[in-house]
Amino acid sequence: MDTRPRSFYVLGAFFVLFLLFLYGPTFTIAILSFQGPQGGLTFPMRGTSLHWFHDLFQQQAVGDIWGSFRRSFALGLMVMVTTVVVSVMGGLAFRKRFAGNAVLFYLVITALVIPSILVSLGVGLIFSQAGLPIHWASSGFGSQLTWTLPFGLLIMFAVFNRFDKSFEEAARDQGASNWQALRHVVLPIIAPSLIGVALFGFTLSYDEFARTLLTAGSYNTLPLEIYGMTTNVTTPVIFALGSLTTAFSLGIIGVFLLTVWSMNKKRAKQGSDAGKGMV
Amino acid sequence: MRAGETNRHLSGWLLASPLTLVLILFLVLPIAMIVVVSFWQATEFSIIPAFSWENYDFLFGSPVTYRVFGNTIKYALIVWAFTLGIGFTVAYFLAFHVRTQTWQIALFLLCTIPFWTSNIIRMISWIPFLGRNGLANSALISAGITDEPLDWLLYSDFSVILAFVHLYTLFMVVPIFNTMMRIDKSLIEAAYDGGASGFQTLTNVIIPLCKPGIMIGTIFVVTLVMGDFVTVRFMSGSQSANVGRLIQNDIALLQYPSASATAVVLLITVLMVIGILLRFVDIRKEL
Repeated sequence: MDTRPRSFYVLGAFFVLFLLFLYGPTFTIAILSFQGPQGGLTFPMRGTSLHWFHDLFQQQAVGDIWGSFRRSFALGLMVMVTTVVVSVMGGLAFRKRFAGNAVLFYLVITALVIPSILVSLGVGLIFSQAGLPIHWASSGFGSQLTWTLPFGLLIMFAVFNRFDKSFEEAARDQGASNWQALRHVVLPIIAPSLIGVALFGFTLSYDEFARTLLTAGSYNTLPLEIYGMTTNVTTPVIFALGSLTTAFSLGIIGVFLLTVWSMNKKRAKQGSDAGKGMV
Repeated sequence: MRAGETNRHLSGWLLASPLTLVLILFLVLPIAMIVVVSFWQATEFSIIPAFSWENYDFLFGSPVTYRVFGNTIKYALIVWAFTLGIGFTVAYFLAFHVRTQTWQIALFLLCTIPFWTSNIIRMISWIPFLGRNGLANSALISAGITDEPLDWLLYSDFSVILAFVHLYTLFMVVPIFNTMMRIDKSLIEAAYDGGASGFQTLTNVIIPLCKPGIMIGTIFVVTLVMGDFVTVRFMSGSQSANVGRLIQNDIALLQYPSASATAVVLLITVLMVIGILLRFVDIRKEL
């Protein structure tokens, strides 16, 4: 092995510092959430305890953490499923280069770059003027989709840009219908990327704050609950909640990554099924 | 052949119809609503449909507006410069100095994971670092750099920009890394063979080829910073303002028409910036 240039070590050190910068604060609050019962929001640690985690499971003095967690989780799943289905359909549609696709594409880009508070404000105004009650599962759901769908769709663009059309053509040459080609050729090939779209859909929704602020109605989602806590909670209980929900997010990411990994592994093991007669 | 053409357009629109529906209901109509309401009038308790330029007159007549827009653009520019510098360096290290693909993927994931966790929690996490009795101050005091805790570490422009850079650098890393990975390595070798130094290769070969990634990252960072209202409120302790805060204040006071007028001006500003940036990159090709 040849020796690495000096620039490698300089850049490597920079990279390590970047990771420290990225993760340091999160580790700090993870440590501080184990503060003793007398401890405050900063160091020093006054003993270690599970006191603040315990506090989370007690009757809440402020808000409704577990209710908001359930709502965020349900909303995340709803947004995830919708994002996957609508993005795949959208990705397939854009492959057809239908008339007017450029307009739709610019709408998607607008949804991506528009300041979140405009979506929140506009959707809130429409619902109130139409006399509809705002609710996390209606107005909140729709507002979040304007954020997750562009990501889902951009991933689908990336996927289809790399997609080898000859597989599909081969299936058609063998007499597969459009639907069969889609079901047995296209979807299995793009399946691992769909897990990526699902990950974006769920986590972006689970953590979304700005677009739900004026559209969630009287029942808060978890990020809104945490936002409320930042103004009136002055104990490490907020760090405990922060650590717990970050751990939950990491768990979700882990599950998704494991799924992709095991899918790829299974595929490699199965190898080609050419000549085995599918359908 | 004609029939096939019509069929293609029709099935295209059919497949795109759920997407179109969501975007019309939750993007186009809300924007239209904001534009309409921006011409309405408001009392302390209700909003009245009308047509008046009152909100815009007030907006453009107030020196606060110009200061706040100036502040917003200042944040965007500073954060852009930092995220670009850091993001490019990190992506460069990952793409050209990490040799095995497994390591590249692992380190890349490490850089992107925070994107999938809560922004608010990541903001809160800075408090034990930057506060009067925080880690940064204790470290500075014990190192003898200062005698007294620095007050400007938290609730200042410094902490706002720090939090922005912390939150959004990965929006630069990902697209720049993506374009770097697609650079044909033989081009770089050709540059070296032609006698270019490492620095010359960087400025004459790599940076020009990374332009699309830089543009996409720029679009993300600039729009996220310009549209933000949480980070500024939180990290400045409500001492600095940007346009998002201005809108949010009006909303809190139920002054929807005036909030809408500010929102319209913000949207036009953002779209103009994006319009200019999109001239340099074809997003659909670059993915």
